[in-house]
Amino acid sequence: MRRQRIAPTVNRPEGRGTPSLAPPGILAAASAASGDLLRHGPIKTQRLRPRAGGPREGALSVQQQGGGILAQESFTLQDTNIIGTEAIESASRKAASAAMVRLFRYMGVKLVALFLTIVVGVYLTILIANMGGYVDQIRRAQIREGIDLFVSRNPDLRQLSEEERIRFIEEQVALAEKRVGLDQPFLFRSFRYLADALTLNLGFAEQLVSDSGSRQVRLVILERLPSTLVLFGTANLLLFFLAIFSALALSRRYGSFMDKVVMALAPTSAAPGWFYGLFLILIFAGVLRLLPFGGMVEAPPPADPLAYGVSLLEHMALPVTATLLSAIFISIYNWRTFFLIFSSEDYVEMAKAKGLPDKMIERRYVLRPTLPNIITSFALLLISLWTGAIILETVFNWPGLGRLYFRAIGLYDTPVIVAITVVYAYLLGFTVFLLDFIYALVDPRVRVGEGGTGR
Amino acid sequence: MNVIKRNLRELRRYPSAVIGLIVILFLLGMSAYTVIKIPYNEAVRLWRGGEDIWVENPKNAWPVWYNWLSSTKLPETLVVDSRTDVEKIIEQTSADIREENFTFTIDFPYDEFPPEMILYINAEYEEKAPFISMTWLTPDGREIRVGDITPRSSDSYRFAQDTRLQRRLGGLPAEQGLFAAPDSDPPVPLKGTYQLQIEGLVFEDNSSFETKLVMYGDVHGLAGTDHRRRDLTVALLWGTPIAMAFGLLAAVGTTVTTMAIAAIGVWFGGALDSAIQRITEVNLILPLLPILIMIGTFYSRSIWVMLGVVILLSIFGAAIKNYRAIFLQVRVLPYIEAAQAYGASNLRVVFTYLVPRVLPLIIPNLVILVPGFVFLEASLAVLGLGDPVLPTWGKIIQDANSQGALFNGYYYWILEPSVLLMIAGLAFAMVGYALDRIFNPRLREL
Repeated sequence: MRRQRIAPTVNRPEGRGTPSLAPPGILAAASAASGDLLRHGPIKTQRLRPRAGGPREGALSVQQQGGGILAQESFTLQDTNIIGTEAIESASRKAASAAMVRLFRYMGVKLVALFLTIVVGVYLTILIANMGGYVDQIRRAQIREGIDLFVSRNPDLRQLSEEERIRFIEEQVALAEKRVGLDQPFLFRSFRYLADALTLNLGFAEQLVSDSGSRQVRLVILERLPSTLVLFGTANLLLFFLAIFSALALSRRYGSFMDKVVMALAPTSAAPGWFYGLFLILIFAGVLRLLPFGGMVEAPPPADPLAYGVSLLEHMALPVTATLLSAIFISIYNWRTFFLIFSSEDYVEMAKAKGLPDKMIERRYVLRPTLPNIITSFALLLISLWTGAIILETVFNWPGLGRLYFRAIGLYDTPVIVAITVVYAYLLGFTVFLLDFIYALVDPRVRVGEGGTGR
Repeated sequence: MNVIKRNLRELRRYPSAVIGLIVILFLLGMSAYTVIKIPYNEAVRLWRGGEDIWVENPKNAWPVWYNWLSSTKLPETLVVDSRTDVEKIIEQTSADIREENFTFTIDFPYDEFPPEMILYINAEYEEKAPFISMTWLTPDGREIRVGDITPRSSDSYRFAQDTRLQRRLGGLPAEQGLFAAPDSDPPVPLKGTYQLQIEGLVFEDNSSFETKLVMYGDVHGLAGTDHRRRDLTVALLWGTPIAMAFGLLAAVGTTVTTMAIAAIGVWFGGALDSAIQRITEVNLILPLLPILIMIGTFYSRSIWVMLGVVILLSIFGAAIKNYRAIFLQVRVLPYIEAAQAYGASNLRVVFTYLVPRVLPLIIPNLVILVPGFVFLEASLAVLGLGDPVLPTWGKIIQDANSQGALFNGYYYWILEPSVLLMIAGLAFAMVGYALDRIFNPRLREL
């Protein structure tokens, strides 16, 4: 029954002058500042249904979903052409080998384009993180101060005359500056930084030291990675699967009480996770004293692995709940709307008319065509784990990558800032590249490489 | 435009949107009131001010409405001033000695002890300072000698720091000992009317002294106070116009510019279009929040600089791709061709034919973006990158957080700005979602 009600409205948009690209409910998923998933939250692709009659180009658009600004767009999609529904099988062998050539050319072009994007993005980050060279002055001052202090404290050097001492300090400063490369102009160095960053030669941190005492950026970062992964991995995976399965259930019971409740609650996702975190700390740590205020394990960390695990879980409970609270309703809302749009397709009606069981319809006719979007969303969720969540980690005092990033910025520690950014850029580029092929695997209508990148 | 008007009228059908609109109007009204009542410079002066401005406020006091909700009544701040509140009995006892006596009356119907009591003294004299002795009268008729002071020209007597008084009170801190019911253990306050008798001896003709007794309370004002005795009302009020301005300006600035750029790119196509595409892709690699943090750490924390950067970085966001896809559809419609046929210039086509077509789609977007930016400002403040001068909601949260408000139980300190943030965010989100459904018929039935 309801399908019939939906169908006309869905088919109408062209005539209404409201381009029917994407439901901006998804399109504009709120919360620019859900600090955590700030720009890299899960993303959702929305295919313009051929029926809507728009030109094929631009047939794809991507929206972020679930507590992100409509930030991300994947590079993939703009270049992927949808070739109606004609079957690929009809291609002859000759065409197949031509297709292979085309495929490789396409892959090459795409890789180069992605790489250039990453290069420019990373270079901009290097410029910003060095304040266009101003950080050098800070560093020079720090070096000079350190050497001054060293000289004034060293009894052996006290006997030197004023002149000699000044000369000694100058020599030492020059040496130290040369050692960290400050004797070369910033512009020149910025390109060396770029080359180092792109080859993932992450180098040494300026200020930060890993707990094991190493200055290697790689170690500093790797040390923080597990704590971020365990917290945000749990939170985001829970969020993702909970949202998808609840959305499926709701789209089945469209219009039910639960459905209405979720829709009414969707605006609460305007607030970011750390904000709910404050309330949770207030209630569970402040008033009830049930759970800890922050941190990752109790101090000192329990030696017994079981006790350690329990303590870890206790500390994780609040931040995970905060993340869930801030994003779950909008995610369910968006996925639900998305599934509903797909379940009002003609072929779904057809399947219903044939009398197929609901489960099968769901699996074959609703989930299958939405699979590319689910995969995109999931992939971007995975890489969003890399940056952690700066504010949530700050509020909960969680020793993750987000806090490391924040501290690195506070200490002008550019190698660490650049390292985190460049790894993220690579992960993003790689995922986007990979997704293109996964689309082709899961959706026969998408054919990679057809028509190249030109538009 | 008619479409927009008609659709806005439809908003009335959504109760959540109506509530949201009322709240938004209320917040806007509150902003206007604040800006008129406490001018910008005054707000900055108050917020930056230290003990000189807020000396009569207690530290970390709950708002007064705590007493309305709770069964135990916390003391309120009481200020009595010898210049205005008492009658002095002046007697010339000898040629060069004048006695000035008066009594401060303190009503004390509370269940808790006051946290702090200070007597501020201003004395005028040339050579010999006046001599002041104080006696404390309890409701049950006990008399406690408090202490004697020979004040400098501007002096203060802190009851808690008088160790002799503490000994006389049996080791209890002065604020407790003075108000405690006799033989109560642990001490409980005795309700009733207390009196502080002040007897002053003045030794010069032109000499005089004035005193002011401040009994600090545990509750103060409508919003309470923070660790620097500042009245939170100022910051809560001023947070409103700032949040509104930041959210609305950022949302409008971002949406309108993004749309204009997308339209221009689509219309002119070619190199311009692909340049816009590439810029967007590069921009998507740049992490917004860390860049904002870097700008805040390295350059400037001014909220307006931040606003500019936020808009700049958000212009080339994913939205550009969405708008682009829509414009691509609109571009090939016949009426555009007709416009070209009559000789419309390129910019005319873009701004009078392309852009208006997409406006209905933009309005819900714009409204939904607002709470995000409001919270972004708060997020930056929580990281300690709030505007150094202005009081904002986020800065209150940051102050509270850094002072361990949750740990120490000063819940009001976090709750007040958070609730305001939540209300503002929810109001815009509710209106935005309703608009979304109205302007996008595909969603209407879903």
